[in-house]
Amino acid sequence: MTDVLTPERPAPPTPRESRPEQHGSAWWLRRSTATILCAIAAIYTLMPLVWLVFGVTKTLPELYSANGFSPSAGFHVFDNIADLFRQDDGIFARWILNTAGYALGGAAIATLLSVAAGYAFDKFQFPGREKWYAVVIAGVLIPHTAIVVPLYLMMSEAQMTDTYWSVLIPVMVNPFGVYLARAYSSGAIPDELLEAARLDGASELRTFFSVGLRLMGPGALTIFLFQFIAIWNNFFLPLVMITDNDLFTIGQGLFTWSSADGQNPDYTRMVVVGSAVATIPLILLFIPLQRRWRAGLTEGGIR
Amino acid sequence: MASITGTPGRTGTKGKGTAATRGGRRGGVLLLLGPFFALFTFTYIGPMLYALWLSFFRDRYDGIGWDGPQRVFAGFHNYARALTDEQFLQGTGRVLLYGVIYVPLLIALSALFALLLDTAITAGRRFFQTVLFLPHIVPGLIAAIVWVYLYTPGLSPIIDALDAIGVQADFLNGGGVLGSLVNIAVWQSLGFNVVLIYVALQAIPKATIEAARIDGAGEIRTAFSVKLPQVFPAVMVATLFTIIGSLQLFTEPQIMSASGNSSVTSTWTPNMLAYSAAFNSNDYHYAATVSVLIAVLAGVLSFAVTTFANRRSAR
Repeated sequence: MTDVLTPERPAPPTPRESRPEQHGSAWWLRRSTATILCAIAAIYTLMPLVWLVFGVTKTLPELYSANGFSPSAGFHVFDNIADLFRQDDGIFARWILNTAGYALGGAAIATLLSVAAGYAFDKFQFPGREKWYAVVIAGVLIPHTAIVVPLYLMMSEAQMTDTYWSVLIPVMVNPFGVYLARAYSSGAIPDELLEAARLDGASELRTFFSVGLRLMGPGALTIFLFQFIAIWNNFFLPLVMITDNDLFTIGQGLFTWSSADGQNPDYTRMVVVGSAVATIPLILLFIPLQRRWRAGLTEGGIR
Repeated sequence: MASITGTPGRTGTKGKGTAATRGGRRGGVLLLLGPFFALFTFTYIGPMLYALWLSFFRDRYDGIGWDGPQRVFAGFHNYARALTDEQFLQGTGRVLLYGVIYVPLLIALSALFALLLDTAITAGRRFFQTVLFLPHIVPGLIAAIVWVYLYTPGLSPIIDALDAIGVQADFLNGGGVLGSLVNIAVWQSLGFNVVLIYVALQAIPKATIEAARIDGAGEIRTAFSVKLPQVFPAVMVATLFTIIGSLQLFTEPQIMSASGNSSVTSTWTPNMLAYSAAFNSNDYHYAATVSVLIAVLAGVLSFAVTTFANRRSAR
C-alpha cells in the first residue's frame, strides 16, 4: 500500500533525519510513544472496516453468533455477493449504476463550471468582482442540508422531483471548487501566456479551453476527486428528492433495506454485503490517488 | 448578474487592447461565469429566498377543508412557533452540545496526529496517513450503518467484549447516544482534517524549524510554540468546516432512529425536524422556517469563527 506512494515524492531530507548517531534512549522512548499513538489511531480506523470485510464472509446467523473480528468458519463471499445482486430482482446493480452516473456526471460538470468560474475570477477584471466572489464563498458556508429541503419544495412546484435531474443539477454546483480553482489559476497560468493567445486572435472561450484548462489540469483533477467523493457519499439529497426505487443511490437503497430488516431479517446480511461492495472498490481505487488530494490542497493555498 | 453586464468598458489594469477585444473580454467573463452563476442561483440563492418567503406564510384550512389549504400570510408566526417548539429547542440544544464536544475533540486530535505525522520521530508515517484517510472515502451512510451495527447488542463484538469484563454499555439509548454520534463523526473526519493540517505543516519553511532547534527547543516544544502557530489559519479552516458540518447532523441519528433499538426520535436534530415536517406532516412552511433558522445559526457561527481567526492573525 505504502509502496505505491513512495517513489513519487521522497520525504525531504530534514536535518533531524540526517543525524542518526545522536539517538539516545529518550529519543527511542519518544519514537515509540509517537508510533504507538498512531498505531492506536490506525487500529481504531480499521476496526469497522475489518468487521465489514469479515461480515461479507458470513451467513446471517454467523453475523449474530460468531466473533465479529474473525472470518466465517466457512467461506460465503461468493454466495453473499450473488444473493446481493439477486435480491429484489437485481436492483442493487441498478443502484450502483445510478450512483456512478450521478457521481461521474455531476463531478465532471461541477469541475468544468468551477474551473471556468475560478479562472474568470482570477484572470478578468470586472465591476463587482470581489462582491460576486464573496457571494460564492458564502455558498461554501451555508449548510448543504439547510438548502436541500427548500430546494425540494421549489423543485416540487416545478414537478422536477423524482427525476435524475433533481439529484444531478444540485451536485453540478460546487462553490468550494471555485475557491480552489481561483487559487490554481493564479498559481498555474502566467498572464503573458493569455496575452499571447489573445494576440493570436483566439477568442476568450477558446483561450480558456486551449490554455487555461490545460494548465489547470492537475488542479481540476483535485476538484473532480473531491466532488466525486462528495456526491458518492451524499445521502440527504437523494433521500429528499427521490422516492422511485429505480432512481435510488446505493446509500438510499441500503437505508431502505436496513429500515426493513424488521420484516425480513436477511436484509441485515444484504446491507452488510452491499456496504462492503459499495465501499471496498472505491477505497482501492482512491488509495493511489490520495497524493493528488494533498498536492491539490497545498496548491489551493489552504495552509 | 446586472453588475457584470452593466458598467461598460472598465477591464482594469490588464486591459490595454482595443475596444473590440475589451468587448470580447466582457463576453468571455459572461460565458465563463454565466453557467456557474445560473446554476448557483437555481440551487443556492433560489432555495434560500424561497424558504424565506415560505417561512412567512402558513396553510389555512377553511371549514371542513374540502377545498384544500389556502396559503395565507403569517408574519413571524412560524418563527414564534419554532422558537417555542420544544422539539426544535431541544434539537438545537443537542446539536450545540454535540458540537461543543465534537469540534474541539476532532480539531485537537487532528492537530495531534498531523504533528505526529510531521515529525521524523514517528515510524511508518506514510502508512498511517493512508490508513487514517480511508474513512473519508467511506460513504457517511455506510459508516453510520456499520457503527450502528457495532453499537447493536447481539451483532456487536465490542458490546460482547465489554460484557465479558462486566461493563454494561448502551450506545443507542439515553446519555450514551451523544458519545456514540461523536465517535462516528470523529472516525469519519479525522483523516481528512489530519491531511488538511499536515499539508499546512509541510509548507512551513525548514529554516523556521531549524532556527527553533538551534535555540534548543525539543520536538514537543517546537510542535507547540513554532509549528502550531504557523498553521493556525489551516486549523481555523478545519474548525469552520467542522462546525458547519456538525450543524447538519442528520444521517447518523436518522440511522439510529430507524434501527428501532434506539431512543433517538425522528425529530432529534433540527435537520431531522425539517425533514420530518416536510415529509411526514407535509408542513412545508414550518420545514422552510427550520431550514432558514439552521442557515442563520450557521451564518452567526461562521461569522464568530472568522472574526476570531482574523483578530488572532492580526495580532
